[in-house]
Amino acid sequence: MDELRMSRIGKSFGGGPVLKDVTWELRPGEVHVLAGENGAGKTTLIKILAGVYTQYEGTIEIDSRAVRFRSPQDAARLGISAIHQDTSLVLSMNVVDNIFLGRELPARGGGADFGAERRRARDILARLGLDVSLTEPLGSFPVSVRQMIEIAKALAFEAQVLVMDEPTSALNDMETARLFEIVDGLRAAGKTIVFISHRLEEIYRLADRITVLRDGRNVVTAAASDLPADRLVTAMVGREIGQHFPVRKAAPGRTLFEVRDLFVPDPSGVKAWAVEDAGFDLRAGEILGFAGLQGSGKSELFRGLFGALSSPVRGRVVLDGQAFVPRSPAASISRGLALLTNDRKVSGLVLGLSVARNVTLASLPAFSPRGWLREGREREAAAAGVRDFDIRVRSIDQEAGTLSGGNQQKLVFAKWLATGPNVLLLDEPTIGVDIGAKLEIYRMMNRWTSEGKGILLITSELPELLAMSDRILVMHRGRILTSLDRAEATQESVVRAALGKVGHA
Amino acid sequence: MTTSASAPSETRVRRALRSSALRALAALLFVLLIGVLFNADGAFFQWSTHRDMLRHISVFGILACGMTLVIITAGIDLAVGSVLGFTAVLFALLSLQLGWSPWVVVPAVLGAGTACGLASGTLVARFRLQPFIATLAMMVFARGLAKWISGGRKISSAFQAPDGAFQYREVPGLFRAINSKLFGGNIAVVTLIFVVCVLAAWIILARLRTGRHIMAVGGNEEAARLSGVPVGRTKLIAYGFSGLLCAVAGICQAAQEQQGDPEAGATYELTAIAIVVIGGTNLMGGRGGIGLTLIGAMTIGYLEKILSINAVGEATRLMLTGLIIVGAVLFQRVRK
Repeated sequence: MDELRMSRIGKSFGGGPVLKDVTWELRPGEVHVLAGENGAGKTTLIKILAGVYTQYEGTIEIDSRAVRFRSPQDAARLGISAIHQDTSLVLSMNVVDNIFLGRELPARGGGADFGAERRRARDILARLGLDVSLTEPLGSFPVSVRQMIEIAKALAFEAQVLVMDEPTSALNDMETARLFEIVDGLRAAGKTIVFISHRLEEIYRLADRITVLRDGRNVVTAAASDLPADRLVTAMVGREIGQHFPVRKAAPGRTLFEVRDLFVPDPSGVKAWAVEDAGFDLRAGEILGFAGLQGSGKSELFRGLFGALSSPVRGRVVLDGQAFVPRSPAASISRGLALLTNDRKVSGLVLGLSVARNVTLASLPAFSPRGWLREGREREAAAAGVRDFDIRVRSIDQEAGTLSGGNQQKLVFAKWLATGPNVLLLDEPTIGVDIGAKLEIYRMMNRWTSEGKGILLITSELPELLAMSDRILVMHRGRILTSLDRAEATQESVVRAALGKVGHA
Repeated sequence: MTTSASAPSETRVRRALRSSALRALAALLFVLLIGVLFNADGAFFQWSTHRDMLRHISVFGILACGMTLVIITAGIDLAVGSVLGFTAVLFALLSLQLGWSPWVVVPAVLGAGTACGLASGTLVARFRLQPFIATLAMMVFARGLAKWISGGRKISSAFQAPDGAFQYREVPGLFRAINSKLFGGNIAVVTLIFVVCVLAAWIILARLRTGRHIMAVGGNEEAARLSGVPVGRTKLIAYGFSGLLCAVAGICQAAQEQQGDPEAGATYELTAIAIVVIGGTNLMGGRGGIGLTLIGAMTIGYLEKILSINAVGEATRLMLTGLIIVGAVLFQRVRK
């Protein structure tokens, strides 16, 4: 294969275009970084490349011959392999079986030739410089090794183009360095590597060329040397902040929530801190925004403060002037804390329960004195919640799962506001809701702060973060790296800090 | 989910079928219709047939009430049959052999059953064992307990006199009371006990905060936990209640048999699960109700009764029951 070219690629989901007229080409022996914000269309583009999405506009050509993949296997046959995190591995099977899964080397008389597989596997692993037992189940290896096995699998399939979608997000520094060496080796061997990363230092360590997607369009493709970091960041975020944010007038009052020397354990059970040495103050009427990449510890910080993790946090917290130890969600709720998680279907709503019962789920003690439910009172409160939050329902007895995304999100808000919180921890409060619902959520946030509540806000949408936050704390690898005032925070300064670069360039 | 518009009358039928209760009732009516058609020369129209059906299904129904709560938490309790056996033996042992007062025996036996349920619940809630595994272990363990305390023999009121002859003590009044019928012989006492259990389970599920917790935990454990629901305690209550009802059923069983059989209750867990599932309570948790279980108990009860009054052989009866369970569950899924 000499050159792979994707021309005028377009793709829509449910009427909304995700990719528009994207053209780019991949050359042998290059590392091509695909950059862009969340939602820019990177993942969609590589899923088309890897044969996952088969419905799209435009053409793919290999060596000037048009091809159309009907499946990932189809793409693999033509030498394109996407390396996902774990997704195509069977953790209970051993290394060799995983490498050859679905393409077992045939033995005479049927079955698989285990001897040949073993020799090939050993060969490929040696090329990758990986020394692991071939017979151990994959689940007993760390994520970094599994990722290497994914690469080995791609090589066993004779892949020419390897797509790596944020491969370092689960790796530590040493493992990352090891991965980079392997990528260098693959490049030297003439392979093409498509590399997706949000981390500037990685991008410039590896990239020969960079393509930036923004809002589904290819904004620029250039040699890495021609695209310095500041221009790259501008290209990524270059969109203007829309006017759809309500004006925010902040009048911070007394200190509501004080966090000092906070350490939050890693929820995955690894002996590590997901958040280290965090400290901040939240004042009444203030929205404190949290920025940072995936895995920077923002969500863990919220969960830890809410007492939602199985192991306790360490540190000092003062809530409303009194010491507070995050122990359990129930205890946190009774102290006036509310945690809106970033996935309403997984951890926000009980989809099979009615709207009414979801509204009161977190404030049930108020509707059940001595354990007996007062359904009359409960239904009144639920109806009021539905009205206040303008949730479109046929009936409050409708199952929550039948509502649209925006209405489900408003239902989660109704649930938490029914608990009478003072401090709201909002993790991606507008995720997956349309503009109209977003606007309502922004207005509500402004109303609550004017009532003296405090809000901690996580959002991966930078314009939203900048428009709604009175101050922004930027986290990087579990630490609060810097604090930006509303006046000094710009998309560039936030992104730069989130990528681990403090100060001005 | 289809959103395509259809004729108004059809949508009404469809909407009706979407309600679990109505679908469960439809299955019951279907079985009753079979009874009307194959009425065994009018036997189906006699009250005694219905009374006996209710009496027969009561012990299973009592188990199914506890099972319903457990299944709604997205769990399962495989131990109910064995715990029934254990508590039946314990009840017989304490009252028939040791001659303790019923005022002591009944609370003790109920406590023992509850303890078994709480043990399963602890394994599930604290030690995070899968409910299937935890209660499978309890199923084996409780059967062992039953055999251990009985020495593997049926415990009756018989005792060996000094001269070696077997004699029978008088069976305590409680045994006869539970095994009797009221209202001119029209309703069995065990059926009334079943009704009380249904009411108790209904109160827990529909009237108490705990019931809401049970629904929420089964529907989405993570969302429930983050909303402040005490997930572990909720599961403990569900399994504990199931254990308590096992003891109630064990007492009824022992009273009906006038003895404590260490083998009593074997495979009863399967009938109890079948009752819950035929009623329409979802094995994935979060959906269901005790009314459904009541209907499910009647459906299974009538099915067996109709087959037996028509003198259908056991082999055919079992095969037909299996088919009907599959049919009923497929029918419940029609809406999807």
